[in-house]
Amino acid sequence: MKRNSLLFCQLFFLVFYSLKYTKSQAQTIGGGEVHGNFQVDAQYYNPDSAIGAKPIPEKVLMNSFTNIIYTNGGFSAGVRFESYLNTMLGFDPRYVGNGVPFRYASFNKDNFSITVGSYYEQFGSGLIFRSYEERGLGYDNAMDGLRVKYTLIKGVHLKGLIGKQRYYFTHGPGIVRGFDGEVAINELSEKLNEKKTKVFVGGSFVSKYQVDQDPIFVLPENVGAWASRIKINHGGWSLYGEYANKINDPSSVNNYIYKKGLAAYVNTSYSQKGLGINLSGKIIDNMNFRSDRTAQNNDLLINYLPALTRQHAYNLASTIYPYATQPNGEMAYQGDITYTLKKDSKLGGKYGTTVLLNYSSANGLSTTPENSGLGYKANYGKLGKVYFKDFNIEIQKKINKSLKVNLFYANFVYNKDVAQGKVGEGMVYANIEVLEFTYKFNDIHALRMELQGLQTKQDHGDWATVVAEYTVSPKWFFSAVNQYNYGNSVKANRLFYPIGQIGFIKNSTRVTIGYGRQRAGIFCIGGICRVVPASNGATISISSSF
Amino acid sequence: MKKVLFAIAFMLSTSSLTTAQNNTRVIPSVDIKKLDGSTFNTNNIQNDGKPIIIDFWATWCSPCKAELNAIAEDYADWQQETGVKLVAVSIDDARNVDKVAPYVNGKGWEYEVLSDVNGDFKRAMNVNNVPHVFVLNGNREIVYQQNSAAPGDDKKLYEIVKKVAKGEKLN
Repeated sequence: MKRNSLLFCQLFFLVFYSLKYTKSQAQTIGGGEVHGNFQVDAQYYNPDSAIGAKPIPEKVLMNSFTNIIYTNGGFSAGVRFESYLNTMLGFDPRYVGNGVPFRYASFNKDNFSITVGSYYEQFGSGLIFRSYEERGLGYDNAMDGLRVKYTLIKGVHLKGLIGKQRYYFTHGPGIVRGFDGEVAINELSEKLNEKKTKVFVGGSFVSKYQVDQDPIFVLPENVGAWASRIKINHGGWSLYGEYANKINDPSSVNNYIYKKGLAAYVNTSYSQKGLGINLSGKIIDNMNFRSDRTAQNNDLLINYLPALTRQHAYNLASTIYPYATQPNGEMAYQGDITYTLKKDSKLGGKYGTTVLLNYSSANGLSTTPENSGLGYKANYGKLGKVYFKDFNIEIQKKINKSLKVNLFYANFVYNKDVAQGKVGEGMVYANIEVLEFTYKFNDIHALRMELQGLQTKQDHGDWATVVAEYTVSPKWFFSAVNQYNYGNSVKANRLFYPIGQIGFIKNSTRVTIGYGRQRAGIFCIGGICRVVPASNGATISISSSF
Repeated sequence: MKKVLFAIAFMLSTSSLTTAQNNTRVIPSVDIKKLDGSTFNTNNIQNDGKPIIIDFWATWCSPCKAELNAIAEDYADWQQETGVKLVAVSIDDARNVDKVAPYVNGKGWEYEVLSDVNGDFKRAMNVNNVPHVFVLNGNREIVYQQNSAAPGDDKKLYEIVKKVAKGEKLN
């Protein structure tokens, strides 16, 4: 913390002097602007023995953050104040107390940009480098150090960076260094620019340093990874491919094997008015990459390996059986079609009907064991055991000016042992159906309802969910959600989980209060998941930007 | 810690100072991408002195899509009557970014669609969560924000756009 405040003070003087400086130049530059945003979430917890919610000594727990950004021409500086008093259930308890874990100053002029302090960055699709935040999940691997961006000539973009990664209110032990270059081929000359086919190529190199103090193993102190990528567009057709390698990187996640890492991702899509098709596939082989070789879970990740599955919006489909990429090894593919039946056609009806089809499959690698510390050998020509499969279809139809209907069906195959790190729970086969409708009484009042069902013979059995949401545009919403685990094989666990919420929105400020019983669930965004225990109580959430 | 709090207090006080001097805010300059993969600086969000709507959305955000689909039905009329341009900024990350163009084309949206794959523009605009809609006047100054998308909000949004197009003051 001490170092944080020291650095911050230096930044503060930077801001102060820039303000003074610009005052004398007020006519040409102006006084700059300060803006920001904040969010506070708090919950009062009731003990509830039926769901295993124990009494919370503090009774109330709260998470909050505030961003303040100052900009003046090409200069910008910002801080984020975070407060966990104490950390809410479901967030990592190492987020505790108050602090300023994020502060930066950056300057950009013409083709050049420099950032000192905290920053987020991504190379390509993130296979070897992505620093980002997902505040709702309590995920933040911000870099703290230095970043330079430079546009060499039109179409040639270069980035270089060095820093340490955020680790709750401190930093990880390793140093991360990286370089990325991207060339938009068509922008290099007028003649190429006229071509219908657009091509982009890029390459990156990332290396981490962590001292080896292991008494037994000789571990690499510098671990390098590199990636190359290409994107080609031609009319409605597009192709993206990225390929990455990493040298041996023994870690607690891969059981200290000395095998090299590999990742490949390819995506192709075709779209025209009314039709979109998307196909993708990937191989991940020993690509756990962190700035601390002993880090686990969501800590100190350098790269980003998102799941190649549909990100569902309906509650039962998104939070009961979510899947995240297995960084030690996975082969996955996905197909996605969006088709809109034309207006005034037989099936399309007066307003047109949209059909969405999606299929995804994630499997383990097919491997043969190897001695000599390399762990295993993978055969990419064959799929390993099933980790996750999801077939889903959705039909969206507007019936008339007032009524819109959505129908959704999904079939999941879920390897609970792999996806949730459990032992002996085996495979779960589940069907999910949703009927959603939105009825607009007029331009102000509307009612939206979801009827959801999930059936499975495994795990916790069948679930039903009803969601009712009444909105008064643009300021109010009232919602009631009730979930019922009616198929639980343990009779005492056949529980209801009702929650009521009222929300008020005024421009960019949102206030939500709620009361009820929240079931345990896993909330995921991209490749990161947060396990939330069951709880009972009152919640308040306020967010605003200014 | 004291120094930090002091500094924040200082920044907040300058905030009231600067907002007193200048009540509006121009959109920040950030490099993001167009759907074809080319780099796009947000300074180039322009509309010849006419209003602009910047709508942050994601392929996994149902209310965002519902609102953008509702606007899509009337967008031609909106453009004709006010000259407004809608810029739909997708915050989908690497997991879903390749699904954005097929969805946009599949739905036949006529908007300018940009991809903010690592949230750089989202952070610079102080967006907490999607949906978040901004209305800019002819000088590209933010004059209205809405952090929701309920059925009917699109009509309210258009009332705002019409006022901005006429140069009227918003309450």
